[in-house]
Formats: sequence, C-alpha cells, structure tokens
Amino acid sequence: MTGSLPAYNFAYLDEETKRMIRRAILKAVAIPGYQVPFASREMPMPYGWGTGGVQVTASIIGPDDVLKVIDQGSDDTTNAVSIRAFFANVANVAVTTKTAEATVIQTRHRIPETPLREGQTLVYQVPIPEPLRFLEPRETETRIMHALEEYGLMHVKLYEDIAKNGHIATTYAYPVKVEGRYVMDPSPIPKFDNPKMDDCPALQLFGAGREQRIYAIPPHTRIESLDFEDHPFRVQEFDRPCGLCGATGVYLDEIVTDDRGGRLYACSDTDYCEERRMAGHSGPAL
Amino acid sequence: MSEPSSATRLIVDRVTKSFTNHLRGGVHLPVVANVSFAVKAGEVVVLGGPSGVGKSSILRMITGNYGVEDGRILMRRADDEAFVDLAAASPREVISLRRDVVGHVSQFLRAIPRVSAAEIVAEPLREMGVPAEEALARARRMLSRLNLPEALFDLPPATFSGGEKQRVNIAHGLITDHPVLLLDEPTASLDAENRDVVCDLIAEKKAQGAAILGIFHDEEVRARVADRIVDISAFSMRKTAAA
Amino acid sequence: MTTDQPLLIAKGVTKHYGARTGCEDVSFELYPGEILAVVGESGSGKTTLLNGLSCRLPLTGGQVSYRMRDGTLRNLASLTEAERRFLMRTDWGFVHQNPADGLRMRVSAGANIGERMMAVGVRHYGRIRETADDWLTRVEINAGRIDENPASFSGGMRQRLQIARNLVSHPRLVFMDEPTGGLDVSVQARLLDLLRALVGEMGLSAILVTHDLAVARLLSHRMMVMKDGRVVETGLTDRVLDDPRHPYTQLLVASILEV
Repeated sequence: MTGSLPAYNFAYLDEETKRMIRRAILKAVAIPGYQVPFASREMPMPYGWGTGGVQVTASIIGPDDVLKVIDQGSDDTTNAVSIRAFFANVANVAVTTKTAEATVIQTRHRIPETPLREGQTLVYQVPIPEPLRFLEPRETETRIMHALEEYGLMHVKLYEDIAKNGHIATTYAYPVKVEGRYVMDPSPIPKFDNPKMDDCPALQLFGAGREQRIYAIPPHTRIESLDFEDHPFRVQEFDRPCGLCGATGVYLDEIVTDDRGGRLYACSDTDYCEERRMAGHSGPAL
Repeated sequence: MSEPSSATRLIVDRVTKSFTNHLRGGVHLPVVANVSFAVKAGEVVVLGGPSGVGKSSILRMITGNYGVEDGRILMRRADDEAFVDLAAASPREVISLRRDVVGHVSQFLRAIPRVSAAEIVAEPLREMGVPAEEALARARRMLSRLNLPEALFDLPPATFSGGEKQRVNIAHGLITDHPVLLLDEPTASLDAENRDVVCDLIAEKKAQGAAILGIFHDEEVRARVADRIVDISAFSMRKTAAA
Repeated sequence: MTTDQPLLIAKGVTKHYGARTGCEDVSFELYPGEILAVVGESGSGKTTLLNGLSCRLPLTGGQVSYRMRDGTLRNLASLTEAERRFLMRTDWGFVHQNPADGLRMRVSAGANIGERMMAVGVRHYGRIRETADDWLTRVEINAGRIDENPASFSGGMRQRLQIARNLVSHPRLVFMDEPTGGLDVSVQARLLDLLRALVGEMGLSAILVTHDLAVARLLSHRMMVMKDGRVVETGLTDRVLDDPRHPYTQLLVASILEV
C-alpha cells in the first residue's frame, strides 16, 4: 500500500455504486414524485440513521461542495454531527451550519427557514417512502395504484383524521401531490414545511435506505398538499414568537428549561435563530 | 281444439306432461297427455276430475312453474294481440308474461322473512311500476275487503293461521288486473263469509273481462262461479292412481 | 326486466387449474335488472366462475362481454387494467362471503362507505359523511356507529356494511359469493330481505353464488345448477326448483330440509 492511495474511495461508496444511485436519481428527477427502486448498500451506520440520505449525498457530492446536515432543524444533534463528520472524513468536503453557504443540505424532519436558492440540493432522509402503506400493505398493489393514479385511499386516511379528531390531525409526513401526478410522502417533516416544497428553486432528493427507494422534486415543481374542499390544508400556527430571536411565522420547538414546569418555545432551525440573534434580534425569553 | 274466437285469451293445445324421477332409478311418471281447451275473456272455466288427476300440474304449466313436455300454451292480453306460446318462452319472457298476462293465486303462500302482509300484496303492483304508497294503499284495501284484521297488515304472515295466510295469498293474486287468471283452490281454508267475498271478487274479475281458470273442490263455490267444467280425467295418464 | 340488450354475455367461459377443471364451457346472458343464481355444492366451480366473470381470475378459454354505461359492448379481456379497475369500483360491486375480505377492517364504517366516492374524486368531507350516514341507515346500522371500525361489528352488521360499501356507487352489476354464508339464520333472514329490497329498488343485476336453494329462490329470477365445473341445468328459478330435470338437480332439491 503506497501513501498515494486513499484509505477510502471518495465519499465512501465505490464509483459503480455511485453511478447506480445517480441513475436512480436521474430517473427520479425525470419522473417527479415517482419512487425509483435502487440497490441500497450497507452503510457504516444503522438503518434509521439516514442511510438512504447518506447514500444520495455520497453520490452527488463533489470536492467543491459545502455540506450542511440538520436533524429536526438542528445542526448539533448526534445524528447531524456524525453524518457531517462522516463526510468531512470520507470526502474531505467543507462543512457548514449556515443554510445560505451550503450547496448540499442533508436533512431529517425539517426544511430550513431560510429560503433555498437555485443551485442548492436538499437531501431528505426517509423512513417509509410509500404514502399509501398506511392502508394498503401490499407493495404490488400500491405500485399499481400509483401507476393508475388511484389515490382515493389517501383521502380515506384524511377522512379518518377528520372523523376521529374533527380536523385533519396529520401534522407531519403530510401527503402531497407532485406536479398533478404522483402522490408522495414528504418524509416526516412537519406539515408546516409543506408549502416550502412548492415551486422551490432548489433540487429536492429523497432517499430511503432500508426501503431502497429514491424519489425527487426538481426545481420549481408544483406541490399540493391533499385536502377536502370543506377542510382545506392549513399549516400549524404558533401563538407566540421564538423566545430567543423573536421570529414569527417559523416552526417552534418546545424546550423544557427546568424541573418546575418552565418551558421555552424557540426556533427549531438553530442556524436561523442564531443568524437572527447575531443580527441583533432578540426574543421575550432573553 | 275449437277455433279460437277473438275473445279467446288462453289456449292449452295438446299439452303433455310427465316426470322422470332419477332418484328412483329414472322411473317415468306420466301425468297428462294432449290436454286441449281454451278460455275466453269473461269466462270462468273450472278444471274437473278427482284429485291426483293432474289439475294442479296443468295450472303450474300455465304459470310457467312446470315445464311443458309437449304442446303449446298460447295466451294474449287483448282481442287484437298475437298469442305468445309460454311453453316455448325463455325465462325472461315467462317473467314478463307473469307480470303482464297471467296472474295466479296459488294454494300456499310462500312467506318471505320480515316482509309484511301488506308489502307482499303490494308487490305485484310495485313490479308493474305503481308507486310504493299507492300500491300499499291498494293492498290494504284489498286485505280489508278480505276481512283480514288490520292489526295483521304490517306483520309478516309467517305466524298467521291457514285462513289468514290464504287471504293474503288471494289478495296478492287478485290485486292486479291480469287478463288471464289462474286460481288453485283459493277458498280451501276459508270460512263461509270469506268464501263469499272471494266469489264476489271472482265475479268482478269476470265482469272486467278476465279469462279465469280454476280448481275448486268446494261444490258450492264451483257451482256459483263456473261457466264450464273441463274434465281432466279425459287427459289423465294417472287413471290407475286416481281410481 | 324487458330491456332488450344483455348487460353481460358469457361465452364458453372455461378455467383450468393445471390439469384440474375449475369451470368448463359456461355460457349465458344476463339482462339488466336480472338476478342469476349459480348453485351447486362446494367444488362445483361456482366461485371459480364468479371470479372468472368478474375479472378476478384470468380465463383459460371463452369470453365475457359487458355493456358499458355508454351502451357499447366490450370484451372484458380487452379492457386496460385501468378501465377494468375503474369498472370494478364504480359500475360493479363484489360482496364476499367473509366481510373482512371486502371491508377495510382498520378504518371506520363511514370511511368504508365513502371510499368509492373518494376514489372517483369526491373531495367534500361533509357530503361524503352525509352519504355514509344515509347508507348506514339504509342497511339498518345505527348511524351513531359511523366512526367505529367494522372490527367491533357483529357478522351480520359487517355484511350489511359490505353491501353499503358496494352499493354507494350505484353499480349496475353486483357479484355475490355466498353473501349469507356463515351467518345465523335470523341474521340471514334480515340480510336477505334487505338485499331483496335494495336490489329491487335500485334495479340491479346480480350474479349470486350460493349453495342455499332457499336463498336462490328468494332472490333470483333465473338459476344455473353446476356440477363438476359444468352447468347441468338452467332456467327460471322456481321451475328448476319445482320441476327439476337433471338427476343432480333432483338430488339437490330432494336434499333440502323443509320446515
């Protein structure tokens, strides 16, 4: 072994595997919202930790890219830190926590508050890619249903929600229709983020490692959240601003601050919150 | 067979019937052969002969309930209509003949679970397209006329007495204005008062121009309603059994 | 009843399972408003025939044609998968013997009834619910149970729910596979009466598979008797039952217990 040989192939996966995944991605981009099967690889992390997203990121990332990884909106949770460290190690790419600086953003459960721009790619980690799975356990059947646009079942699910709760109680992984054709599970992001997917200038890629599926939303694609005429889609509203940065119209997390019932509501997007505080904004909790 | 006149509604033409019982080694049981007679509008013809001679079988063939082995059963609604041969009719044609041409009062009522007496009686009208409310009102009038206690109208007849069931059955058979009407022992289990009502009803149907063919074992009723008796013994193949 | 053109035409319908015969050379025509009963004992091929006619099983031979709502007669085998599935959830109904096979057991009664509406694009919750409510009442299920899952229903209620779920789209043809099988006698009677009334009211055509001759007599106009995959006798229901010709039909009729 000579010193010129790297210990790993660039971005961990071998070139043949990356090609295979890129072909799947190209097909996914060509058929927005359609789930493309791919030969998911074993990754040096357990399923459920974002192996699908990691493989997609590994296949598209280049030496000049700047990578951001978030988990529930935060850059510093274990999952985000490990994946960022993984790519810093195996691809030697620049990493960042700033949304605006990143070219590739891998995410679990959120879309950043800072609007994405052209040239950026958002990579979602997906646990269960099939939106119809809730009511139809047979993969053979769900594939036919997608092929024939038989999506009545999605509304059965929403009907059940209203019948049981008086309103559509689905708050995350809220199903959407992509460019008027395929119904898609947007991964477990809060429905608050659904409108950000519509007409988004960035490329959005979705990877499900265990389920071996990749799907995509090309830039500027029409994304509609499913609903009823008399129960239209609505995002969550918060009755207070972020306790730290005072932002309104953002997604807030509830943080327990002490053992006497103290609570803090703060931006779930930590980068956005920090940027605002650096710019001099402050919230009622400070 | 005599030449049909313009008033003829029903012609039974050389009709033959036998049964083959395969459960008893294919034994062949002839019933009647070459039965021929006709019934005109406004006429009551009664089938005569001892029991077992095949009278009920003939009525059943005319309703299409039994298949006809040989011969023709011609019927029509009006003077100027062509005859239809029920013996050669398809199941669908038999059903439409039953709806429009040949009505009948059977010997026994086939009760339907949970369906009330009034609904059973209204059913033939409903099938002809009479609106539900009107059909039910007419059914109730018919049942009243037959002296069925009003408390029974809305109950299913499964638990009724023999006479009560029979009156529901008669009402069911007589509520429509079928041009050909078959009556199989309609008065068998009735008391004198209700027998009178049935005789009146038959007379009314006759006056309206129905061609009526019946079996009546009750001598008195037979004498009251019959214009003519056709003795089936002459056609019976069961002479030994009937003797 | 006297509509002149048949709704469904079966010609030489045959289904083999390898060397074994499911059904062989079955031909008939079904007219609008007509109820056809297919009777015979287990293994006689009646359920195979029903599945073959309703596109649930590919045929080995023969052809089934169906008159679409626009009046054209189409060979079912020539329909695209999309057309066939559309037909199955709009113009046809299928009532299974076991309601669990025809219901979604994990969603509410209301959603079970509303599914066909949502499948054809109804997107108004209030209207779907109103219709579901109405249908529950029509099949004699307390409308207060609209949000309960069928898992909590009795066998008879489940079967009635299955019927409502099928009829909500106003189908023209309903396939029924032993719809009263497995129910208590009193529950059966209620279901039969309900079916009889609905079928009459809606002018449905139906192909009804049953081994119960009393059910056939009550519901059907016409009857086909099957044995070893073949039709041995066919005709007007009451004539087949009261004047049976074929040895097998005579045996069937003679085997009924009279009450």
